[in-house]
Amino acid sequence: MTRTLVNVPKTARRGDVVEIRAMIAHPMETGYRNGPDGAAIPRRIIHRFTCTYGGEEVFAADFHPAVGANPYVAFSTVAIESSTLTFTWIEDGGAVHAATAEIAVD
Amino acid sequence: MRPRPRLRWTEVVRARAVVLALALAAPAAAEPVPITPAERRSGITFAGPQTQGLQADDTANPGMLFVLDGAQLWQAPAGSAQRACADCHGAAEHSMRGVAARYPAFDAASGAALDLSGRINACRTRHQDAPQLASEEPGLLALAAFVGFQSRGLPLAPPQDPPMAAVRKEGRRLYETRMGQLRLSCAECHDALWANRLGSSPITQGQAGAYPIYRLEWQGLGSLQRRMRACMSGVRAEPFAPGAPEFIALEAYLAERGAGLPVETPGVRP
Ligand code: HEC
Ligand code: HEC
Repeated sequence: MTRTLVNVPKTARRGDVVEIRAMIAHPMETGYRNGPDGAAIPRRIIHRFTCTYGGEEVFAADFHPAVGANPYVAFSTVAIESSTLTFTWIEDGGAVHAATAEIAVD
Repeated sequence: MRPRPRLRWTEVVRARAVVLALALAAPAAAEPVPITPAERRSGITFAGPQTQGLQADDTANPGMLFVLDGAQLWQAPAGSAQRACADCHGAAEHSMRGVAARYPAFDAASGAALDLSGRINACRTRHQDAPQLASEEPGLLALAAFVGFQSRGLPLAPPQDPPMAAVRKEGRRLYETRMGQLRLSCAECHDALWANRLGSSPITQGQAGAYPIYRLEWQGLGSLQRRMRACMSGVRAEPFAPGAPEFIALEAYLAERGAGLPVETPGVRP
């Protein structure tokens, strides 16, 4: 199981700008390294990260091999309604890791 | 603020040689002097604001990923006994609070000092019928980080029993012994030159309260022994084997010379 750490304020006032942070435990193997036996270690990175809020995409990023292990992103969005934020990390090969958090807006 | 000249590993030898030469006139200054309790400073105080910010913020500190892994392992039945740490120790917030602050500690059953990882491995073999986890194995680092985290903010309080006093004495002897092709002791750098820089990085006091740490250069979590191995390789000495009594003795002395500094686990270092 892949470990993720997301931080979303539990509550906010409508219209507030809220800070959101997300981190995932991932080696971000660049594909440029060789193993102890000299063979190239295949590339395996998270290449896409998205965040949806109430089903609508509010943030997305493409990651490249220069991004270090355990990538961390922080961004902000505007609190509109009480809903679920869904975070998705897509890995080379198509594996998808997801996490969710709720925000209550009044 | 003391001046901060930049040194390379080999130049440290020369810097110390100069100190030694000057010391011929005043022999009392020849050997590095232990840092006084009032002067003790965690390595994080030497780090840049970004690294300090990462360590201070649990939602940005990558070490927290491992603490969360450890929390899960704490609950997971393991070994042929199929018992979890939690089955015997209950909620770690209570049972493990303060434990890391007093390790390494003496273990009567084996008649030897154990560091926190050694203690966790002892529970695996004795109480879970599970094999030991190798040093730097993610599961062991995660459990050590999780148990260490329960003591965060508490002062390092090494136990004062006679067997540990003997271990610490041995640790201090090793700490002050010159080693490797560069013929430098731990004390030459961490007691005598801690206000200086080695290349671009500050030489800190070599305090150990933040371990295991997330080191940005490693892009992962690592143990105190891994850090000490890097220092030993730096002076071109053959590092002790993982878990060797020499490392435990050094850890015990590091705890003593850092007594009173807070546990910071999981620390972040550049
Ligand atoms: C040539 C100088 C040098 C010698 C000798 C040396 N170290 Fe280090 N040590 C460093 C540098 C540089 C670092 C990384 C920056 C820092 O924390 O000081 C470091 C880091 C450390 C740290 C981590 C501190 C922290 O806050 O994370 C510890 C602990 C440590 N050393 C212990 C030792 C021990 C024990 C020895 C002897 C076996 C030793 N060192 C020998 C230069 C040295
Ligand atoms: C079957 C019960 C049992 C299980 C399971 C168990 N322990 Fe223990 N643990 C003990 C006992 C009993 C002690 C006291 C020392 C001894 O007798 O070994 C102890 C001591 C410890 C200590 C030292 C506490 C101190 O105050 O010095 C730590 C740390 C620890 N255990 C961690 C763990 C971890 C981590 C796990 C899971 C990987 C675990 N234990 C699993 C029974 C258990």
